[in-house]
Amino acid sequence: MRFTFNDFMFQLFKDVRVDWLGKRRFFIGISIVLMLAGMGTALYRHKFHPNGTEAFNLGVDFKGGTVVTARFKQPPSPEAIRAAIHSAGLSDATIQPVLNKPGEFLIRVPHQGFEASDTQESQAGVDAARAKVKKALNSFGPEAEPTRSLEEDTKAAYKIEGTDAVGQVASKQLRNQAIAVTIAALVGMLLFIAFRFEWTYGAAAVIAVFHTVLVTLGLFSIFQIEINLTVIAALLTLVGFDVNDSIVIFDRIRENRKLYRRMSLYDVTNLSINQTLSRTVITSGLVFLSVVALVLLGGETLRPFSLALLMGIMFGTYDTIAVAGPIMVWWEKKIAAANKVPATNARETGLKPGRGPASGERPRNSVGKPSQAA
Amino acid sequence: MKKKNLLQRSIIIGIVTLAGLYIVIGPHGRRPHLKDLTLSGIKANLAQNIHLGLDLKGGSHLVMRVKVEEFFKKLTEESAIAAQIAAKEAGFDVKEAHAETSGENYRVVLQVADPSKSQEIRDAVEKKADLSDRVGWSFSSSGDTLIWSLTGTAQRTLAESATDQAMKIIDTRINAVGVTEPTLARHGGQNSHQILLQMPGIQDPERVKELLKGQSHLELVHVISPPSPAPHQTYSSEEEAIVSLNSGGRIPPNRRVMLYTERAELTGQDANANAPPPKKWVVIESPAIIDGAQLRSATANQSRAGADEYEIDFSLKQAGAQKFGEWTGANINEYMGVVLDDQVKSIAFIKGQIFDSGQITGRFSKQSADDLALTLRSGALPAPIEYQEERTVGPSLGADSIRSGVRASLLGLALVVFFMLIYYRGSGVNAVVALLLNMVLMMAGLIIFGATLTLPGIAGMILTIGMAVDSNVLIFERIREELRSGKTIPSAIDQGFARAFVTIIDTHVTTIVSSLFLYAFGAGPIRGFAVTLVLGLLVNLFSAVYVSRTIFMWLLSRKGRRVESISI
Repeated sequence: MRFTFNDFMFQLFKDVRVDWLGKRRFFIGISIVLMLAGMGTALYRHKFHPNGTEAFNLGVDFKGGTVVTARFKQPPSPEAIRAAIHSAGLSDATIQPVLNKPGEFLIRVPHQGFEASDTQESQAGVDAARAKVKKALNSFGPEAEPTRSLEEDTKAAYKIEGTDAVGQVASKQLRNQAIAVTIAALVGMLLFIAFRFEWTYGAAAVIAVFHTVLVTLGLFSIFQIEINLTVIAALLTLVGFDVNDSIVIFDRIRENRKLYRRMSLYDVTNLSINQTLSRTVITSGLVFLSVVALVLLGGETLRPFSLALLMGIMFGTYDTIAVAGPIMVWWEKKIAAANKVPATNARETGLKPGRGPASGERPRNSVGKPSQAA
Repeated sequence: MKKKNLLQRSIIIGIVTLAGLYIVIGPHGRRPHLKDLTLSGIKANLAQNIHLGLDLKGGSHLVMRVKVEEFFKKLTEESAIAAQIAAKEAGFDVKEAHAETSGENYRVVLQVADPSKSQEIRDAVEKKADLSDRVGWSFSSSGDTLIWSLTGTAQRTLAESATDQAMKIIDTRINAVGVTEPTLARHGGQNSHQILLQMPGIQDPERVKELLKGQSHLELVHVISPPSPAPHQTYSSEEEAIVSLNSGGRIPPNRRVMLYTERAELTGQDANANAPPPKKWVVIESPAIIDGAQLRSATANQSRAGADEYEIDFSLKQAGAQKFGEWTGANINEYMGVVLDDQVKSIAFIKGQIFDSGQITGRFSKQSADDLALTLRSGALPAPIEYQEERTVGPSLGADSIRSGVRASLLGLALVVFFMLIYYRGSGVNAVVALLLNMVLMMAGLIIFGATLTLPGIAGMILTIGMAVDSNVLIFERIREELRSGKTIPSAIDQGFARAFVTIIDTHVTTIVSSLFLYAFGAGPIRGFAVTLVLGLLVNLFSAVYVSRTIFMWLLSRKGRRVESISI
């Protein structure tokens, strides 16, 4: 990969000749390890709850929490309250000033992890949230006596006027629906790509996207990054972004197959990946850069969202070359091989799932390039 | 030919750009004036046109309570009627049936003629009327009185499910009325039956509040009256109606007395229309023939062409239509009434068998007819709701978080612009122009769809920009390839666009297809997401392909056919 600068253009890659498919075992190995690690962690956490963790760290959107209503005599700035609450260890709390009742604030504290029903914070959780908020707010002065109002108690700086459990914002229904529509969207993609290319191309692209979503979710489980509604939105965005790369390469393969009729699909695929490499690196690089800016500078609130995007873009770029290409070539080769053997065997060979053809065992044919896997 | 083509393209681009800019920074709903061109005028318009979400700007915070006691009361009343009918159908004589509510006790009381048969009656009733202890009714009896009371456990379960159902209906309504990015959650402890709704600043909060509260319980009922051609029987007071029942001043469980809000035009000339029509009461049969649960659709339509009066046309689901058809077929010339929230809205006699459609007439304004149709479609609330708390809240994100989020997004955008200019030099300018236009049009589209901008939304837009640049990268890389293979500049540009166009169409259509699936199978926020995605893609096709191409055409036409160099 040379970096050249000539008279009239900057050039990132020029005449690259990398045998990407030759490294498919390595790539697919990495993907399988990542997927297994993620799913394994999620299952392990789901079953054994190490340090009280769950399979996924679901945020206040999914689990609910407590709203504490506090009123101040001399209201501090929302920022000061936020700082006090955060330094008391409630980093995911949101603070909303009540505009039509000056001095009043709504402080929303996430689920405190006590035994509670699936969707609603228990009384113990509400009390724990109140105690934590009280500890944080005491840095502004003492709370009014329980029996006296804020005005009556001359020494008090604030009073907690109420605590209420709040349920999840995203209902289970929405959660299930997000999963269902993602699958529906993948099916839509599969059908369209099958219509424009071959159905093997569609399957390969969709498997690649699915892989990226799984790996991203797995990493969210491993690192216990909070999952909230914006993360779901990020995942839906990724599904669209990810498939783009695959289509760009497939498109080039379709074009090259017409230009180089003698060349094997294996070589055409490598060639096409190499030809579109500049575009892949530039586009993904640019999106990557802007997402890195979000991760580093976007603040706490945007972090789960931007991390989901970051992982998705990394794996989305990787999976086109590492997953979609090899699967498509392998599948096409299977079909071509099946078409050559007698019809009775064709079905079985063509549809049998599992490993790819072992090198050397299969007759050479015009589509696949044999003995590369060795 | 080429020149003319270029001119035509430039005009189209000019118009779209101006329209987009006007939608984003122009005044809406009034005539523009010179002040709109000053910086403060632009800022003011921008603030008015773009709705900011709860996280950026705050909004209203409403706590409502589902009046579950009303739900129990109604359930008990309906069960009493059902119990009486069930006992009679099984051939037992019932002296009296009624529902009793006192405090937290809800009881169905049945007085039977023959106490020795109580066990048989109990069995018959529980089989037909859903009053068994499996669903939470505990049975007791003394003498000729059979009593079913709703247990505390059943009350809790039923209240929970009524609250959940109310929340679902409110969710549907709030989405249908176009409030985007609300927060809806259960509020308070297990027994508070409260719902918390936060919605970003909206045009008409009072209207939305009314609309959410609307119970919209629709029933089609049999009006007790001599059949047509005699006019339908009405009474001038509730007492008079009750007397007509000849049942000792009590309303038997299979009858109801209801206010009939007669249509104003029947009383005479339009001049009198503003005077309140005289109140009338009617007696109807209970239970209703069918209720709103059988509704398939409801739409608001003009009553007469040109009139400022609206009615609601509805149609019924298969099962309801069949029941309704059977009933109307058997009751030709009887009177039927449309009841909405326990008031008779209209009465008509049955000319012939009616199967699956009907109207709710009345002098509705367009707005109220639309709102009513919307709430009917979303389903009736299981119980009325009341507003308990109302606050106006500030943004949920601190000024510092908003600042860092916006700053990071702008930095991302700057990085993209910077890279495009360095890497593609002259053509990079082309891409940047397309990008800026893309942002303006995207904004304009979001304003048209009434979307609400949140901080993740802003970040998402930057991501869309990153993807939008992909089309330009594809085209430019292709042009470079064609140049390297020795083509002349005009033909490299032609070929580059033509080849890249196939790819761009494939990638865009794939995402559009998957968005259609999201739209078809998703609801609420997922649909909003799909709309935004498709909008971004269409805008991108216009800006990255059409506009870019035009800029190249313009460059070529300026330099003439024999261009020797191009900055790409």
